[in-house]
Amino acid sequence: MTATTETLVPFDEVVAAYDPALGLEIHVELNTNTKMFCGCPATFGGEPNTQVCPTCLGLPGAMPVVNGKAVESAIRIGLALNCEIAEWCRFARKNYFYPDMPKNFQTSQYDEPIAFEGYLDVDVEGETFRIEIERAHMEEDTGKSSHVGGTAGRIHGADYSLVDYNRAGIPLIEIVTKPILGTGAKAPLVAKAYVSAIRDLIVALGVSDARMDQGSIRADVNLSLAPKGSGALGTRSETKNVNSLRSVERAVRYEMARHAGILAAGGSVLQETRHFHENDGTTSSGREKSDAEDYRYFPEPDLVPVAPSREWVEELRATLPENPAARRTRLQAEWGFSDLEMRDTVGAGALELVEQTIAAGAAPQAARKWWLTELARRANDTGVELSELGVTPAQVAEVQALVDAKTINDKLARQVFDGLLAGEGTPEEIIAARGLAVVSDEGALSAAVDKAIAENPAIADKIRDGKVAAAGALIGAVMKEMRGQADAGRVRELVLEKLG
Amino acid sequence: MAHLADLARIDLDDAELDHLAPQLNVILEAVASIGAVGDLDDVPPTSHPVPLTNVFREDVVVPGLTAEQALSGAPEAEDQRFRVPRILGDEQ
Ligand SMILES: [Zn+2]
Repeated sequence: MTATTETLVPFDEVVAAYDPALGLEIHVELNTNTKMFCGCPATFGGEPNTQVCPTCLGLPGAMPVVNGKAVESAIRIGLALNCEIAEWCRFARKNYFYPDMPKNFQTSQYDEPIAFEGYLDVDVEGETFRIEIERAHMEEDTGKSSHVGGTAGRIHGADYSLVDYNRAGIPLIEIVTKPILGTGAKAPLVAKAYVSAIRDLIVALGVSDARMDQGSIRADVNLSLAPKGSGALGTRSETKNVNSLRSVERAVRYEMARHAGILAAGGSVLQETRHFHENDGTTSSGREKSDAEDYRYFPEPDLVPVAPSREWVEELRATLPENPAARRTRLQAEWGFSDLEMRDTVGAGALELVEQTIAAGAAPQAARKWWLTELARRANDTGVELSELGVTPAQVAEVQALVDAKTINDKLARQVFDGLLAGEGTPEEIIAARGLAVVSDEGALSAAVDKAIAENPAIADKIRDGKVAAAGALIGAVMKEMRGQADAGRVRELVLEKLG
Repeated sequence: MAHLADLARIDLDDAELDHLAPQLNVILEAVASIGAVGDLDDVPPTSHPVPLTNVFREDVVVPGLTAEQALSGAPEAEDQRFRVPRILGDEQ
């Protein structure tokens, strides 16, 4: 249902006339063994309603007890986001009725989040944006509904719904930014870079599976536009559950174009939630939202306050992974990358991949080259992130090792990547099956060089006269004759030997 | 009263509203009596009568209910899931 009659303004015109304001809310599902308030397993993928108990089903008389490990993870996330950690805070009941919430309230935190007032710096095309974090608070996930009847799986027009409560009560940390201003034309990229930075941080902390495709990190994207230079804040829309980095960027871009269309026509943007559609990159109207939504928050009477001692907080601070900016500086020095090479590597989301490829034995420049050229192009063609492409750092290192051993050359390596993406097995198997190995038969190579010299007498004369640069044309002819399956360096040696 | 009933998803007719409104007023009056105590600006609100903090559970799995037990109280079930009436509106 994307029957869109929206007037979309071209992106250049949007940023010429308006200042965007972004806001991001990210839910991180923790990878604790058990749920937030009960001992049910918090693992993904169990049979329906097999990971439930009276507490997470909201049965009468059941009493919640806080998972200490989840509090620890919350504090570590808060510290990594440069937040203050509350000396004392409580849980609160957020009251609303929805079948995936068996208690009829969600246990969350309201005006006393465990972490607040932090920031995270993100780099976009060499420019650093400081994203201010308003708060990070603890809450619990809901169950999962599936809708039966009507249009397949959609809530609208469904006859009834089926609910599985395995996910209900899994610990969530919600990270909320302050309005992000001054990003202009980079707004879509800043939003993407921020979510990516949060994901990297969560991975480094080891507190979540951090799989966007499985919903263990979910982003809600708020966007508003204000007339350029007005310093005002426009009415925002909130696009829910955007489930990949690329979608975050697209959702911002689309909402900017849509808001501008409404404002340019003299209309006013409706404050509402929107749904993002992966297939065409559009959003559609969800639910109208008012700031006065009546959740009747009140302190949770069944849970005692959380008061992390300063000693505990400092102990946890000591467990934090290396600060991302410091790490980048360190890696750049270790790898000998130029500023531009480093920026491109980070921008392509390839930092971890390159690092792991180097760890698996490849030279830094070789690792960078494969990820940022050949593999980036393929990821772009298929519309996925590099990390989701399906080629592992170990495989890239293995391909490079085969290039280094002169078993294959760069051109043949590209065909090995084709094979890897098509699931044809290991690089060695693909080389054998596709007959890709470089011809190391000196006789065949020598004959091909002789043939090329005979067919290109003018070029051969130039080389004899010392114009070594002309050798490229002969090497090209030999490579063509050998259908690419030759080591270009060896061919060059042979050409120069024969004509030297 | 009607607003509260609506928030609590309790369907009350006019007669029931008329019956319950005075009862709710009694509660509100009882709570209002706190106003007679005087200036409470310096008194922090109490959310818990026992001065305890940091009651945490070890992150260890405890057996819960089987799906059969979980669904035994459900008015309707299907595919090992709770079956609920058509949901209108939007996911939270
Ligand atoms: Zn449970």
